[in-house]
Amino acid sequence: MHTLSVAELSKSLKNKEFSSVELTQHYLDRINRSDLNAFITVTDDLALSQARAADVKLANGSGSILTGIPFAHKDIFCTKGVKTSAGSKILDPFISPYDATLSHKLNIENMVMLGKTNMDEFAMGSSNENSFYGPVKNPWNKKMVPGGSSGGSAAAVAGRLTPFATGTDTGGSIRQPSSLCGITGIKPTYGRVSRYGMIAYASSLDQAGPLTQTAEDAALVLNAIAGFDEKDSTSALRDVPDYTKTLRDSIKGLKIGIPKEFFSEGLDSGVEKVITESMKEFEAMGAKLQEISLPNSAYAIPTYYIVAPCECSSNLSRLDGVRYGYRCEDPKDMNDLYLRSRSEGFGDEVKRRIMIGTYALSAGYYDAYYLKAQKVRQLISKDFKKAFQNVDIIMGPVSPTTAFELGAIKDPVSMYLADIYTLSANLAGLPGMSIPAGFSNNLPVGLQMIGNYWSEEVLLNAAHQFQTQTDWHSVLPENI
Amino acid sequence: MSLNKEQVKEIAQLAKLSISDSEIEQSTIELNNILSLMAELGEIETDHVEPMAHPLDMSQRLREDVVSEADLSEEFQAIAPKTGKHHFLVPTVIE
Repeated sequence: MHTLSVAELSKSLKNKEFSSVELTQHYLDRINRSDLNAFITVTDDLALSQARAADVKLANGSGSILTGIPFAHKDIFCTKGVKTSAGSKILDPFISPYDATLSHKLNIENMVMLGKTNMDEFAMGSSNENSFYGPVKNPWNKKMVPGGSSGGSAAAVAGRLTPFATGTDTGGSIRQPSSLCGITGIKPTYGRVSRYGMIAYASSLDQAGPLTQTAEDAALVLNAIAGFDEKDSTSALRDVPDYTKTLRDSIKGLKIGIPKEFFSEGLDSGVEKVITESMKEFEAMGAKLQEISLPNSAYAIPTYYIVAPCECSSNLSRLDGVRYGYRCEDPKDMNDLYLRSRSEGFGDEVKRRIMIGTYALSAGYYDAYYLKAQKVRQLISKDFKKAFQNVDIIMGPVSPTTAFELGAIKDPVSMYLADIYTLSANLAGLPGMSIPAGFSNNLPVGLQMIGNYWSEEVLLNAAHQFQTQTDWHSVLPENI
Repeated sequence: MSLNKEQVKEIAQLAKLSISDSEIEQSTIELNNILSLMAELGEIETDHVEPMAHPLDMSQRLREDVVSEADLSEEFQAIAPKTGKHHFLVPTVIE
């Protein structure tokens, strides 16, 4: 059962080939036997009770297409009555008193939550090594990282411990682990999916989306989670199309822009070969390739690593040991309570980013760092606007390399450089996707697709068409 | 621009983080490495560029000033590290 997609499982549940309880128990057994460390919390009892409720709905025919399908939440989404840690010691004691809008939306479909997945602390990282709960292993090679920050979600889907998982993407955190784990992941346009109840890292960049086996599954899940939410002031008041409707459309004549800057120095030759091959596949399907330029894209790294830390230093100031989360032992006064609760509660990378942000926003440095970064952000965004006057979609690699070894990158700056191809879509607020496109040295390579604002259906259509012509998305790691 | 150890301590204090003497050396090196990455932005001419604070060209939505949330004080108190009757307890601030 665990090799079936969401779309296939939905049909099987409807045809009574198995019940949601049987399916859920099967996944729970797989999770409990797994050594990937993909989960922080497994919600066995809750999952089985949700599965029983789903079976009632399925039996009386009142279920939706997603009813009874198990899934896992990245541990950044608030789930009422369930620990929501964001991968941090400081939120280890936090049992959320409410549901994120995204959690609520999946609950009303009568879906089954298997548990909460591991992640880089507060979504800050590209390898899942920054988790308080330890690193996650890549199912393709357990010596390798799964990518980050949604590393637990990506490894869980790739290891078929869940049919799909939720994730968030602030600088590549859905696309990069999807690429490194050989699965499909989509970061929608900023504002498409509500951020209410999603623990904030950098509020002008954060966006939620699904990590799935196929583009069709991504469309099914996005249908359920996208849309306006009055509880999120940055949520967009726009109609949401049915993303499954356009999956089967022909992509003949689709204009694909290939940014020359995405094929510069630092791109692994094995990755480049896979991306070039997949371009030929699109060409064979009738798409038209054309080289484009995003001249400011190299500046995405310094721009992002100013904007995101500034926003995080503000967002994470609320974690003070007073109202929820971790508090240090025997604080002697208020200052001691703040200092020790935060210093003992946060990990190294989170502290680094808080400090960078605090400095960049401090009196006398604001213009040189934050304001400058906001201006360059505008230039990066304009590059895309110009490019989309001539093309429908932009394609290139997700990550300059395949998955790297656990512990191999110790220097923070070297880790930041690995985000080169994903950051600019977040800075501009554009939707982006990663789909399995092949292998290099027996490790998966993801193809990145970036769309114009609100054009998720264009990405999903192109991805689905690619997946009808190739079977990279259905290749499984060993022993699955 | 390069930070010295004293400045790093000051930033930590502003961020309500403590850095021990054994960590300060390494932290200073790492923060300076990160800041030297930022220095690349100095190459770009941005005098007439409008800063972009947000990806969407949208204005703040307004709503009627009516009660929209139920009283959840008990739920919120239940997850706090230390509480009194309808308040959060912290070490004495004023004697």
